[in-house]
Amino acid sequence: MIVANRKSLEEILTMLKPYKKILLLGCNECVTVSATGGEREVGVLASELKISRAKDGEEIEIREHTLERQCDHEYIDQIHPFIGDYEVILSMACGAGIQYVAETYRDKTVLPAVNTTFLGVTLEQGVWSERCQGCGECVLHMTGGICPIARCAKSLLNGPCGGSSNGKCEVDKDLECAWQLIIDRLKALNQLDKYEEIIPIKDWRTSRDGGPRKRVREDLKLL
Amino acid sequence: MRLNYPTNVKIVKVPCTGRVDTLLILKTFESGVDGVYLAGCLEGECHFLRGNLRAKKRVQYVKTLLEEVGLGSGRVEMYNMSSAQGQRFAEVAREMTEKIRALGPSPVKKKKGAVNP
Repeated sequence: MIVANRKSLEEILTMLKPYKKILLLGCNECVTVSATGGEREVGVLASELKISRAKDGEEIEIREHTLERQCDHEYIDQIHPFIGDYEVILSMACGAGIQYVAETYRDKTVLPAVNTTFLGVTLEQGVWSERCQGCGECVLHMTGGICPIARCAKSLLNGPCGGSSNGKCEVDKDLECAWQLIIDRLKALNQLDKYEEIIPIKDWRTSRDGGPRKRVREDLKLL
Repeated sequence: MRLNYPTNVKIVKVPCTGRVDTLLILKTFESGVDGVYLAGCLEGECHFLRGNLRAKKRVQYVKTLLEEVGLGSGRVEMYNMSSAQGQRFAEVAREMTEKIRALGPSPVKKKKGAVNP
C-alpha cells in the first residue's frame, strides 16, 4: 500500500488561513489502511480544525467526505454536485489522489493534508515499513525476495558494503542490512549461487530517471 | 456509601474504556467541555483483557492532539479504579475538577459564548 504521514496541524492551519468553507476529502484505500487519511482520520482532523478555529473565535465550515478512491474519475466525480459550496478542498489522499482531484476540478484550490512517503507493508498494527520504490525493473528473483533498491540505504545491487555490521546498517543501528537479509535468505533457500552472480549496472530509465511513467493496455481501452 | 463528588462531573457510560476512541474525546472538546477523564478498571483487571490499556494509549494520543490545537494536554486524563472503589471515584472526581478549574474554562466554550450567547 501507499503509506503517508499526516502533516502537522500548524502547517495545515497555515495553508487554510484564508478559507472558511472547507471540503475535507478522505480516501478509502491505502491511506485508510495506513491510518493517515481514511474516514476516521478525516473525523479527527475536522474536529481538530473546528476546536482550533473555535478557540480563536474564527468561523469554519467543514464537510467531511471520504471517497472510495481519489485516483479514479468515477469516484472523484461524486463530489461534483456539492463542490461549488466550498472554497477549498483539503485532501487526505496520497499525492496521486490529491493531484487527480486538482486536475478534475481546475477552478478549485486543492491542498494536501498528508505527506506521501512510501510503498510498504503493515509490520503490525500501527507500524508500517517500506518495501518497494517502484523502480520499474524488479530484481527480487535474484535477491531472495528482498529488495536491495528499497531496503538498502545505498540501493546497492551487489552488496553488502563496508557499513554492514552485525546485520545492521551504518545509517541506523536499528535498520537491518538488506544485503545481510538477502544472503541469509539465499543461504536458507540453498540458492547462494544467485549471490555469486554479479547483477549488472541498473538501467534507471525504467525508474523516475526516465521521467514520469505511463502504462497503457490497448486491449482494455474503451475507445 | 452516600459519597459526594462535584456536580460538574457528567458521566458517560461505556461498556469498557476500550470503547472510547480518539474522536469521541475530541468531539466533547469540540462541544466546549473543560476537561475529560476516563475512569477505567485497574490495569491487569480488564474484563476484556486490554480495553483499559488501549484507552490509556488513546488518552496519550489525544494529549498530543490537544497540545497541537492549543487546548493543552492537561485537560484529558486516564484514571484506573475498580468498581468497588467508590471512595477513589469521588476522590478522582474532586482531583480532576480542581485540576481543570486551575486550568480555567475551555477557550472553545468562551469564544462560542461570545459569538452566540
